[in-house]
Amino acid sequence: MNDVAVPAAVLTAANYKSATKPIWCPGCGDFSVLGAITKALAKLQLPPHEVAVVSGIGCSSRIPAYTNCYGFHGVHGRSLAAATGLKVARPDMTVIVTGGDGDGYSIGGNHFMHACRRNVDMTYIVMDNHVYGMTKGQASPTTEPDWDNKLSPGGTGVRSFHPLVIALAAGASFVARAFAGDPNGTADVIAQGIRHPGFSFIEVLSPCVTFRPEQREWKQHVHQAPVASTDDAAQAARRVMTDDGFNLGVLYAGDRTPYPARSGKAVQQVAELEAEFAL
Amino acid sequence: MSAADRSLADFMAQALAMEREAVERYTEFADAMEIHNNREVAAMFRTMAGYESKHAEQIMAEMGWKEDPQPPAGGFGWPDLEAPETVPIDEVHYLMQPWHALQLALAAEQRAEVFFGKLAAAATSDSVRRAALELQAEEQEHVELVRAWLTKVPTPDGDWATDPDPPRYTD
Repeated sequence: MNDVAVPAAVLTAANYKSATKPIWCPGCGDFSVLGAITKALAKLQLPPHEVAVVSGIGCSSRIPAYTNCYGFHGVHGRSLAAATGLKVARPDMTVIVTGGDGDGYSIGGNHFMHACRRNVDMTYIVMDNHVYGMTKGQASPTTEPDWDNKLSPGGTGVRSFHPLVIALAAGASFVARAFAGDPNGTADVIAQGIRHPGFSFIEVLSPCVTFRPEQREWKQHVHQAPVASTDDAAQAARRVMTDDGFNLGVLYAGDRTPYPARSGKAVQQVAELEAEFAL
Repeated sequence: MSAADRSLADFMAQALAMEREAVERYTEFADAMEIHNNREVAAMFRTMAGYESKHAEQIMAEMGWKEDPQPPAGGFGWPDLEAPETVPIDEVHYLMQPWHALQLALAAEQRAEVFFGKLAAAATSDSVRRAALELQAEEQEHVELVRAWLTKVPTPDGDWATDPDPPRYTD
């Protein structure tokens, strides 16, 4: 018998894509985010069967079907709840949560805050296009108050939600901003987020060319953050409160211990999990 | 391997990455157009992906590579957000016509030509300069081919993007 070790095959981004073709509008930024996720996984050489992609509802939440990893296309706004359960029960899995601004900040807004607070080791990627695309263009929590359209004439007049500041205030331990038009840069940020222990929140500016065609201009505005990331949440919050909204890169990386403290060991029996909740 | 060889290998790795990224983007476009039943443009993007893939294989053969080299740690440092030959993701439309697809390809080939020209001008080793000039000449050839192709497709009407059943119900 030949006992020469066979080197493991190198995984490429293509190895993480399923045969299902995305049904997004041509031009949608989510294509690039899908590509960036698969590039990040290839960069980290994570076997697809050790990765789970969990989502809620919306255009961007279709991503699990387009990957070869385990996937869960769940309930609107509840992706983080499902992902938290999965990660706590299977800490050996790499858990990535994907969704949009409506799913994550409105319907799932409360889950978002508490996921940041719990700091379970997973990566939450929000493709923010400041609109509900799947339901045909209603204003979302991140829509500008003066965005004028036939569904909200003159704009909603409601202040926009600031997800990065909320994430910092609620306790996320890694906060970053990326841009769909920069898939390689986005892949780098996602890889860093996956590597970071704890709850990593990555806001990806992902233009909706159908309902917000003016977002094509974003590529003229984005730029790398002029300062290095900080481990001081208050400083990071001040920076993102006062920046132009187009600073890209890792903006905050803290070192708070993830919940639960144990890691890499899957729960074998339900009783083990129950014991953790014993009073 | 001499320093000059290493630098040629680095240069060719970058050229290869440029072709690979173009293949990936054209394939994404082709898939998206097929899903939206714009078959003519889908076929055109698929053809372009095929051409770029051939260029990538030529580089692999020239360098004697069996596998793609690993990219440098900090990436390739493209002059823009993506490689010059990659059409930005947001520049397509579900009702676009072959003329539009060719315009995008033309712009991409022109960017690639300029890119290799600048690299050739900045090269410090003869081997890299030669390779960059060779690739620049190839891109120039592609520019001419796309221009010739453009004469064979109809120019779209002004209302090409009008959809009698639009996705925006507010239109």
